[in-house]
Amino acid sequence: MKDKGIGIVETKYFTFAEPGQELVLASGQRLGPITLAYETYGRLNKKKDNAILILHALSGDAHAAGFNQGDKKPGWWDNMIGPGRAFNTDKYFIVCSNVLGGCKGSTGPSSINPKTDKPYGLDFPIITISDMVNAQKKLMDYLGIKKLLSVTGGSMGGMQTLQWFKSYPWFLSSAIPIATALKHSPQQIAFDEVGRQAIMADPDWQKGDYYNKVKPERGLAVARMMGHITYMSDVSMEKKFSRRMKNKNYSYTFKTDFEVEGYLQYKGDSFVKRFDPNSYLYITKAMDYFDLSGKKLVAGADGNETRFMVIGFKSDWLYPLYQSREIVNQLKYRRVGVTYCEIPSTYGHDAFLLEVDEQTHLIKHFLSSVYRNEKDGK
Amino acid sequence: MESKRIDYRIIYQIIKPNSRVLDLGCGDGELLSFLVKEKKVKAQGIELNEAAIYKCVEKGLSVFHGNIETGLSGYPDNAFDYVILNQSMQEVKNPERVLEESLRIGKKVIVGFPNFAYFTARVRIFFKGQVPITSSLPYQWYSTPNLHFLSISDFDNFCKRKKIKVLSKYHLWKNYLIKLCPNLCALNAIYLIKK
Repeated sequence: MKDKGIGIVETKYFTFAEPGQELVLASGQRLGPITLAYETYGRLNKKKDNAILILHALSGDAHAAGFNQGDKKPGWWDNMIGPGRAFNTDKYFIVCSNVLGGCKGSTGPSSINPKTDKPYGLDFPIITISDMVNAQKKLMDYLGIKKLLSVTGGSMGGMQTLQWFKSYPWFLSSAIPIATALKHSPQQIAFDEVGRQAIMADPDWQKGDYYNKVKPERGLAVARMMGHITYMSDVSMEKKFSRRMKNKNYSYTFKTDFEVEGYLQYKGDSFVKRFDPNSYLYITKAMDYFDLSGKKLVAGADGNETRFMVIGFKSDWLYPLYQSREIVNQLKYRRVGVTYCEIPSTYGHDAFLLEVDEQTHLIKHFLSSVYRNEKDGK
Repeated sequence: MESKRIDYRIIYQIIKPNSRVLDLGCGDGELLSFLVKEKKVKAQGIELNEAAIYKCVEKGLSVFHGNIETGLSGYPDNAFDYVILNQSMQEVKNPERVLEESLRIGKKVIVGFPNFAYFTARVRIFFKGQVPITSSLPYQWYSTPNLHFLSISDFDNFCKRKKIKVLSKYHLWKNYLIKLCPNLCALNAIYLIKK
């Protein structure tokens, strides 16, 4: 039988935090109204116990699977979501939303500030991972979900997964953080800061007030190029590019000689078409502020029975395995089930998007076991 | 418990229903999944082999991918009712530390190990002058996963010296429990110990 995937899907929008009911942020500021873009796949069953929330990484969006009308490319985790796939849409109801602060339909710095009728720009408040999660919780309430069968995501999606457990432990039957960490290390903060500086150094950035003017594309492209290097590994770059040349000989100029240069430029250029530079600043800052280290993750989660599956990748040097083990070590204090797996991939951090077979095998069985236990009322 | 393995049957009998169990070197999870199904235990495994991890996940078990030493650290005292170290103690770098840690995080520890002083092992060393190969120690010297070799008598002495309480002992010859001259006649031993 041919695996067809989900087919055509539509992005939906949910608006809340209207005047007087604004969302109180970690910084103490209030924000509203807030719109979240989201997509759903599969069906919520009568008992409403088959919902899974998928959380995206820095550059992701609500479109995790299937095709939006007219698109040639499917959603960013399409190979994992669909009938018979790891997140089986025949069985589960899948929700994915664009994060607060994003630029793909959810409220962020490029949205219109109701007070000025102009885009927020830097007037947008600094948001944190916990603010993103609080906004997602409103969406879950709106969808009528009382408890999630699972939350999952890679990289920043993994941070949101951990934050979900910290903020709403009773709301989760299970959690699957992938290629992520309890906090950003100085190295991770440093990479983010170089990306932000690249954007802010672009003369078109204009202190964030560039909407309806010239977008600071060069800065964002450089940030993305550098980011991309950190998502690959030495081995995967060697396999993909080696020292292959665009033309046969050196040009003896600063034109693009190597394939790797051309690839990064292409990636940078295509990214600026779909991403807002200010969102890049806000979201990377949220990641840098995230810190659930030193037992903060499990504090107050006594007696909680949420089951965990933590996945890391051996060649991931941006989120190294020791950070995955730190997550597991905290969870050991709860003494309830943790499954931890180190997948021997060579793809680097990108592995969470590419190692489909291994993750499918692990996640599929893990979810059915959690689902079975929930049904048995354990 | 229908397992063909007598060591599994013995461990199965020892463990009380609804207890918390940590299996160090749980392999493909056969024992743990029996314990979960039949005795409703809260199970956690630790296993180094990747293929075995996938098997455990298929069985719905919680399992930590890594070596026993890394897997043990971080658990609070008395986190488990039982820690199982079946046929894995002789494979770790530092069995003394692993046993101490197991006794710290487990109220009781079940240790199963092959007996190096089994009589055919003695015969092989004495008459042939060669490293013993028995059904419980089936490996050649160059490919054995075993880093440490001990006899039942060695383990008794260890427990005495470390003031470890031995709650019960089981001596096995193939699929039988035996009582007579265990250090000479047993291929394997299983101990139930506590601090």
